[in-house]
Amino acid sequence: MMQKTKLVEALTGNYAAAYAVKASDVDVIAVYPITPQTTIVEKLSEFVANGELNAELIHVESEHSALSAVVGASAAGARVFTATSSQGLELAHEILHIASAMRLPIVMAVPARALSAPISIHNDYGDVMNAKDTGWIIYIAASAQEVYDTIIQAYRVAETANLPAMVAYDGFLMSHTVEPVELNDEEEVRKFLPRPLRPYTLNPKRPVTMGPLASPDWYYEFKYQQATALREAYKVVKEVDALYGEKFGRSYGVVETYRMEDADYAIVTYGGAAYGNAKAAADMARERGIAAGVVRIRLYRPFPTMDVLRALEGVKAFAVLDRAIMFGSPAEGPLYKDIATVMFMHGVDKPAVNIIHGIGQRTMYVEDMYKIYTMLKERPSKEVVFMGVRI
Amino acid sequence: MSLPKASELPIGAVIPEPGSTRRNKTAGWRTLKPVIHDDRCVRCQLCWLYCPEGTIVEIKGVFKVNGKTYDTKYEINYDYCKGCGICANECPTKAIEMVPEAP
Repeated sequence: MMQKTKLVEALTGNYAAAYAVKASDVDVIAVYPITPQTTIVEKLSEFVANGELNAELIHVESEHSALSAVVGASAAGARVFTATSSQGLELAHEILHIASAMRLPIVMAVPARALSAPISIHNDYGDVMNAKDTGWIIYIAASAQEVYDTIIQAYRVAETANLPAMVAYDGFLMSHTVEPVELNDEEEVRKFLPRPLRPYTLNPKRPVTMGPLASPDWYYEFKYQQATALREAYKVVKEVDALYGEKFGRSYGVVETYRMEDADYAIVTYGGAAYGNAKAAADMARERGIAAGVVRIRLYRPFPTMDVLRALEGVKAFAVLDRAIMFGSPAEGPLYKDIATVMFMHGVDKPAVNIIHGIGQRTMYVEDMYKIYTMLKERPSKEVVFMGVRI
Repeated sequence: MSLPKASELPIGAVIPEPGSTRRNKTAGWRTLKPVIHDDRCVRCQLCWLYCPEGTIVEIKGVFKVNGKTYDTKYEINYDYCKGCGICANECPTKAIEMVPEAP
């Protein structure tokens, strides 16, 4: 049943994340400051100090420790949250693998930020893409509202699939910009997030060993389990999104499409800025006679293979707009590589260009995106184009 | 020995019962097996001292070897010996031979 009264607040992406964590009745939060994530945990410490959220707020000495602290708390059965960006995510990288392999339902927000060097506090997806293959469920949201809704969904998904989930979104472009966000009744959120009995928790009355050594006779089986669990989490993500939609009136699917019904040319991308501008460019292109559409990847891991195939079924050519560089790859865009794999494995061969843009928050103009559509129409190819850079 | 399948194991590599290492034999990765030739052993105790896993077992008793009488004898606990070969390396009389395990 949908709730009747609507509570709408003007919130930044980061505050939307903090409100979602409060509504999710989290028990333990580990905090360490790093731009542009800091205002999430600032807001959460305010909630805890005001008695609005009954949680243990742990001040730690690094992001490696922040994630380690929530690994421990989650292993003990607590509902946990932490957040980081950029170098912080890099420092925590080792623990990313441990959290997912220990099958702990941690939820972490990551306002995406470029990696050093040179130092940049601005947005791209270099940090998130470096963490994409660590066994986490990875969402990339495109609005403050979606950040709010996705964090709540992520708890339900994580606690069902026994896997950690990362909710990423554009640093600064979304983390520090204000949008109207419809907030749910917190009682209803808590009903939506029952606390399922966890398979194993640290409990002196029922001792277990977590994180042991596995010899060559055992290790592979656990990694196979983990790979399978992440593949199967796809169904959980879809189900939870649908249930959330029924209850709160908003759902997103795993892949969002814009004007794709009859599109000949598509831009496939992720995150708020790239998606918003690509939609504006698609409108512009359609006014000028090009049947343009946009596909946004909301669920990055597990990869929504069939949804991407279906979304791009009818197009003559498409571009994948990546906001990260995978140095030395056959194509430098991480999403492009994933989609190329999908197409290759399913015998689809069509022109697909990899656009790299928005690196270190280089402005991606709507006009740039429009140029991508004309490029697709006039000289469809398979190449990597570094756009918006002085060369 | 047939080990459980991935689907039969607890998730997250959790060991769900306490004290399982008591019956968890850890010699599985041994490729070379130390064999003590008792006729060459002079009971110096160096193998017993150097073994990093404590798998050299000192047995008390009366042992007659090559006309000599000893009050100790050394054996290897193959349930836990990893086959590192430190004992064979340290043995001053080369009484310990490293023999390949049967595949």
